[in-house]
Amino acid sequence: MKPGTTSAACTALLKRDLALTWRRRGDALNPLLFAIIVVALFPFALGPEAQILERIAAGTIFVAVLLASLLSLDSLFRSDLDDGSLEQLVLSPHPLSLLLACKIAIHWLTTAVPLIAAAPLLAMLLHLPDSVLPVLLAALALATPLLSLIGAICVALTVALRRSGMLLTLLVLPLIVPVLIFGAGACNAAQAGLPYAAPLLWLAAWLVLALVLAPLATAAALRISLT
Amino acid sequence: MPACTGTMKMSPLVLWFHKLGSPPYFYRLAGRFLPWLYAIALVTGAVGLYGGLVVAPADYQQGDSFRMIYVHVPCAWMSLFVYAFMAANSFVALVWRIKLSETLAMASAPVGAAFTFITLVSGSLWGKPMWGTWWTWDARLTSELVLLFLYLGVIGLYHAIEDARQAARAAAFLALIGVVNLPIVHYSVVWWNTLHQGQTVSLMGQSKMSSSMLWPLLTMAFATHVYFFASLLARSRAALLALESGKEWVRGIAQTQEAHAHG
Repeated sequence: MKPGTTSAACTALLKRDLALTWRRRGDALNPLLFAIIVVALFPFALGPEAQILERIAAGTIFVAVLLASLLSLDSLFRSDLDDGSLEQLVLSPHPLSLLLACKIAIHWLTTAVPLIAAAPLLAMLLHLPDSVLPVLLAALALATPLLSLIGAICVALTVALRRSGMLLTLLVLPLIVPVLIFGAGACNAAQAGLPYAAPLLWLAAWLVLALVLAPLATAAALRISLT
Repeated sequence: MPACTGTMKMSPLVLWFHKLGSPPYFYRLAGRFLPWLYAIALVTGAVGLYGGLVVAPADYQQGDSFRMIYVHVPCAWMSLFVYAFMAANSFVALVWRIKLSETLAMASAPVGAAFTFITLVSGSLWGKPMWGTWWTWDARLTSELVLLFLYLGVIGLYHAIEDARQAARAAAFLALIGVVNLPIVHYSVVWWNTLHQGQTVSLMGQSKMSSSMLWPLLTMAFATHVYFFASLLARSRAALLALESGKEWVRGIAQTQEAHAHG
């Protein structure tokens, strides 16, 4: 790979982001801890009866994962903005959307994949039937990249703000309602013995759409924010 | 927009359109239209409300409660119309960087949010006697709620960024993302709703409205549209004054105002 090419730039960026996350690996586990805490709170509020927990298990896990990835979104561009490397990315001759797609991919790998890996544990805590677990994992695997991609657009819009926490939530939540509906819907359908392929396919279709469009939109939003 | 070369002749309509994009010209024109729009909105609104609340016969099924329609439905139409208007202006603002479109888009957001809020509240008040509940997770209600969140997001983003023009561009971008998202939200909510239960309530039923009930509704719809444009012009005039506060024409207006106040 020749230095200076776009693929070299992407590889360098991927390595750098991975190294940075690895050096602060404690922080990377925060979303995971948060999701486990949220899920653990539900039995306290609703009582320990297995039937009730089983009924709400898939939806609760989905909401917990959604909130956890929302919590981690702010860190997507924050440190890069502080040390000025975000501006260097914008100024670089390589396509910004591609570079941002690399950043989003690493962010998804380091925050969402641990959440998916912990999903069986969360499912066990809430007595989710074993037969639904594969559907839950598939739905999470399709939904979490969507959350990262859609969230990245909103983060790019709010990146220049000092306190963006509440505003970011307000921007992201209406946009990810469909993801929640179809993701949790697939699990609920599987639990009720109904066909669940359609919602999963819808999620997959949106993921393909978002994979193409969201990095472009993120790049455009970032250019607006940093002018 | 590319600079117009002096020798190129423009048709009067295009010329007028170009002039409309200039803040001082728009400010003066809007000021001239504003009282008329307010007057028309007030008169047609009064006529529509009188027609709806007094003249129109009570519904054979819903009784007098159905009269909520004369507030609820025009506001619901407006909540969508204003969003479309905002998105169209956002598109123009982002593509051609026209300052006036940014102002118009941002000025329409609070009005649209207000219409959406009124729709939700009046629908809730209507739902209590009709369905026996303030709120139901019906597809339309849920989409309207998401629409309100989208409006609030646009308004929140606009006010969070200090530089007014950058704020307007960021919020306009968000409004455009919302446009892509809104149909997806609507259809997914419909799907979600039908998964759990059949459509138990439909707002209008299958009944066709008789003309005695329809004309006040259409009058109200007209009144709310005119009111929106009046409110929009008033808001954008204020926003333009703030945005261009260092410019000559604003100083001129401020000086004449001061002269009036002292003279």
